[in-house]
Amino acid sequence: MRNIFAFIAGGIFGAGLFVSGMVDTAKVIGWLDIFGAWDPTLAFVLGGAIIPTFFAWRIAERRQRAFLDCPIPERPQPVIGRNLVIGSFMFGLGWGMIGLCPGPSVASITFNGVGGLIFVAAMIAGMLVAPAIRTRLEAASAS
Amino acid sequence: MSITWQTDWTLGLIGGLLIGLAASLFLLVNGRIMGASGIIGGLVDGSGRHNAAERVSFLLGLAIVPGLMALLWYRPDTHLTKNVALLVGAGLLVGIGTRLANGCTSGHGVCGISRLSLRGIVATVFYLVGGGISVIVFRHVLGVV
Repeated sequence: MRNIFAFIAGGIFGAGLFVSGMVDTAKVIGWLDIFGAWDPTLAFVLGGAIIPTFFAWRIAERRQRAFLDCPIPERPQPVIGRNLVIGSFMFGLGWGMIGLCPGPSVASITFNGVGGLIFVAAMIAGMLVAPAIRTRLEAASAS
Repeated sequence: MSITWQTDWTLGLIGGLLIGLAASLFLLVNGRIMGASGIIGGLVDGSGRHNAAERVSFLLGLAIVPGLMALLWYRPDTHLTKNVALLVGAGLLVGIGTRLANGCTSGHGVCGISRLSLRGIVATVFYLVGGGISVIVFRHVLGVV
């Protein structure tokens, strides 16, 4: 059951990324290009995505448990650490370079050519080395 | 303001609502946060081994449904750069950055902001600033994308 619903959720997510234009790197770069020809489409995408999810969180936090009888993820400690800030900034730099982030990179993998595969391979390599970088950052801030 | 722009906005809103529906379903049914980088990253570094099947199922849906849409409906032009150095550099930054920050556009942006999570909001501000700087550098200064 869990796997079936995970497949459905992934499929709807993919359909949303496809319909909204998030798989088009030109649209993403256009949205981040506030000093150029700014394209506001992605504000509608993010806004549209936040509205149903906002209500889903209200229901989830009232019910405490999901329909497949597992706990709702706990709210993380509201700590703004170095990793959150540095990591998000690094992610943004990479995102703005070519206009791909993790969700759309998977959603477009079947029609994004060799370039799409190279990006996903590099992203996976980055995810492999990330724990070591995290340890170094923590050691550097502790000393 | 041209008609194509309004169409883009409408499609953006419809697509966004679908993304939100997917995040709501994954949260309310599976009790999981729909964060693409976390779902992939847990498979890559082994931290999500205990629910690997759920992760793989999600990623299969995420890849197959748009693939079918491209096959049966229309094949979108993704305008992806052919510059290998940029693709590799961007991929590494996205991979490292999202794992350090524990989230990307879907996890922090969609799920975090909608939960009114301070961490999600701060992360979103920083990746938007990073993205904006990158576009200035790579499009306007270097002119490579």
